[in-house]
Amino acid sequence: MVSMGDFNKLQNTWCPACGNFGIWTAVKKALIKLNLGPDDVLFVYGIGCHGHMSDFLKTYSFEGLHGRALPVAAAAKMVNKDLPVVVSAGDGDCLGEGGNHFLHACRANQDITLLIHDNQTYGLTTGQTSPTSLKGYKTKSTPGGVIEVPANPLLLALSAGATFVARGFSQDLLGLSELMVKAMQHRGFSVLNIYQPCVTFNKLNTYDWFKERVVKIDDSHNTADKFSAIKLAMQTDKLAIGVLYEEKRPSYEDELPQLEGTPIVKRPAAARDISAELKSLQ
Amino acid sequence: MIDIQWKIGGEAGFGIMTTGLLFAKSCMRAGFNAFNYSEYPSLIRGGHNTVQTRVSDNKIYCQVRPVDILVALNKNTIDRHKEELADGAAVIYDKEALELNPDEFKRYRLCGMPWAQIIKENELLDVMKNNIALGASLALLDIDLNVLFTLIEDTFGQKGKAVADANKKAAKAGYDYAKQNFSFEKKLPKVKPHQKIFASGAEALALGAIAGGVQFYAGYPMTPSTGVLHYMVKEGPKHGVVVKHAEDEISVANMTVGAGFAGARSMCATSGGGFCLMTEAVGLAGVSETPVVIVNVMRPGPATGIPTWTGQGDIRLVRGAGQDDFPRIILAAGDIEESFEWGWKTLNLAERFQTVVLLLSDKYIAESNISIPPFDASKVKIERGKLLTDEKAAKQVDYKRYKITEDGLSERAIPGQKGCAFLGNSYEHDEVGSESESAKDAMEQRTKRARKFALFAKEMPLPKVYGDKDATISIMMWGSTKMPVLQAIEWLQKEGIKVNAMQVICLNPFPSEQVSKFIKAAKKIILIEGNETAQLGSLIAEHTCLDIKEKYLKYDGRPFYPEDIVEKVKQLVK
Repeated sequence: MVSMGDFNKLQNTWCPACGNFGIWTAVKKALIKLNLGPDDVLFVYGIGCHGHMSDFLKTYSFEGLHGRALPVAAAAKMVNKDLPVVVSAGDGDCLGEGGNHFLHACRANQDITLLIHDNQTYGLTTGQTSPTSLKGYKTKSTPGGVIEVPANPLLLALSAGATFVARGFSQDLLGLSELMVKAMQHRGFSVLNIYQPCVTFNKLNTYDWFKERVVKIDDSHNTADKFSAIKLAMQTDKLAIGVLYEEKRPSYEDELPQLEGTPIVKRPAAARDISAELKSLQ
Repeated sequence: MIDIQWKIGGEAGFGIMTTGLLFAKSCMRAGFNAFNYSEYPSLIRGGHNTVQTRVSDNKIYCQVRPVDILVALNKNTIDRHKEELADGAAVIYDKEALELNPDEFKRYRLCGMPWAQIIKENELLDVMKNNIALGASLALLDIDLNVLFTLIEDTFGQKGKAVADANKKAAKAGYDYAKQNFSFEKKLPKVKPHQKIFASGAEALALGAIAGGVQFYAGYPMTPSTGVLHYMVKEGPKHGVVVKHAEDEISVANMTVGAGFAGARSMCATSGGGFCLMTEAVGLAGVSETPVVIVNVMRPGPATGIPTWTGQGDIRLVRGAGQDDFPRIILAAGDIEESFEWGWKTLNLAERFQTVVLLLSDKYIAESNISIPPFDASKVKIERGKLLTDEKAAKQVDYKRYKITEDGLSERAIPGQKGCAFLGNSYEHDEVGSESESAKDAMEQRTKRARKFALFAKEMPLPKVYGDKDATISIMMWGSTKMPVLQAIEWLQKEGIKVNAMQVICLNPFPSEQVSKFIKAAKKIILIEGNETAQLGSLIAEHTCLDIKEKYLKYDGRPFYPEDIVEKVKQLVK
């Protein structure tokens, strides 16, 4: 049996009360629920405060470049289709630097779970605007207030073809953990955007700010209805948390004929016979 | 000795490339050696495309001047290439469409054909002018038409008999017309056929990688590297290779890292501009000790440059890719056969030394074809270095992915193996992979990585030397310059000039000792390379404190010609 202690690694260094703590605990609970120990799952991280989780959560992990976690995860999944792959990325990381990868990962529908640690700010670089910062928000890089309107990760995911789209709140630990389980159980690309207040740099989107706005999606919502999901995602007075959308579509791996059978990395690497190719060059 | 240059020119979309391939392969199948070089602009319709085929009964290395048979599918071809023609050269053209002034072409043999009439009489399609001209070319050289017929059947076999028959009919019509109306001095005699293949550098590279067990290949179309992607996706999946056309080159490089980290033999190829986007991932592979192979098929010019032409201007780019120092192996293929060799050997080096291997090729290699004996796949070996088997991984106690070792190499587990959960890290890290900013870890990890690079330096591929031992003049070169230089050496030797050449293959680490020795022993030496600022020359100066003063540099997008090399060398030995 897997237990919380199995994932212990280094002493945590996030700011006290950082929204990432909720994500960290929820992840461990979800892994236990899914009976996945440190050797059974691959986490790929970007760079940012979220990425430090790689030092606090013992699993197979790769901490790559800022914004580039998705392509690393995508290839790892293609060559080892049986390995559960989770991407932990920041809002700036995933939607700013890595925006293009996000768009195409949604289209591809690989069987990967993406957790976006969304604090609407750049924390590790000490508080600048992020793609999800609200208009008017004053930061070190936008002292006059953000001019752009925020990107909406859920809408982007829905329009680009992600087959599981959900939103969580880091203080809602149990709910968040359940969403993670569902996201990982979904066969296809799962996007779970998680509000996680940055207590040090974001004085606008605080725990209290979220508590006033966050509403659980009620059972009457039909998760198969994309238009309802889009409506929910567009709501700004109240912020819907829960599963907005889920669709059954073959994953990218399902549609690659050469992946049938044993995962690529488990096949013996041997010199190949190229006589047919040589013949066709004659 | 037979040495015939055939050239076809016309607008993009006329089927120039296919016709060139069929002509060259016919010559090859008739028992001769062939080499194809193509020139085309960066557009899909219109413009001006050419394929030049060299045919010889001798070993050939590259294309040469002048042209003996010019197939002009339009007037533009004649205007552009008239100056390249040999005395007595045949010009095959449409005599109904073009009126050529015989006075202007006195030195040549005009072979005007009524293409429209031939098309009408034989009920051919309008697009088959190229096939008619192909048939006529074979007739001029006295090549058995059945060789072409079999080739057409083999080539169009999958498209169906109808296409093959139409192509054959057009070729026969052209052949018959030429036999009745033209004569040409140069002929290909009947010789014993040989078993050769006609491969491009792109095909050779991809095939080498396939033979060498590549499991993941990512690409983003960019001339002149696209041929590698096309061939890989055509042949790779049958062998279980995952071939992914990613959203951009940043993704391509990071995917290659991801697949390498996950335990797959992993490769990607691009050209200069795409490589620029990959640079951060080059450092990522270096610091995270992930095996990846990145191929840069060079084209000339910064930014978009001259996309469809050749150049050797990226030594500094690949050498400087990614900030700060980390072990990176840089190799340069010298021709099509070496492309096959490095296609599989780079995969071994990447895994054995757990780092990034950068391979340089260029348009001249990747998009030219040569007739060669089939690649010897029996020499291919798979070496995976200190990769842990599942059994060995399970036995690890306190596994350290980045363990400090004497040779700098640590045992590599892959995700999913029982007992080794670790973090592969782009941050500087400690032995288990956790981020570390300690001075001790920084020094230990960096010197560990440097040690494995030093280990590779002991076995790096040494420069090859060609030609005479007691040469009166020596040539220093790298990459595709090898092709025309080897031809030039043969010609110079025939004239009694003793010449030799050194081809540097490994650019990082640098074979200082061998290069220094060669330069010091040379009576006279000239550096020949395809860039503006003598990038190999700079490397040599940096590593050996020797400056090669005589330089022949070319950076107009065109390959070196052996004739020009011979000229330069002769000027120096005067």
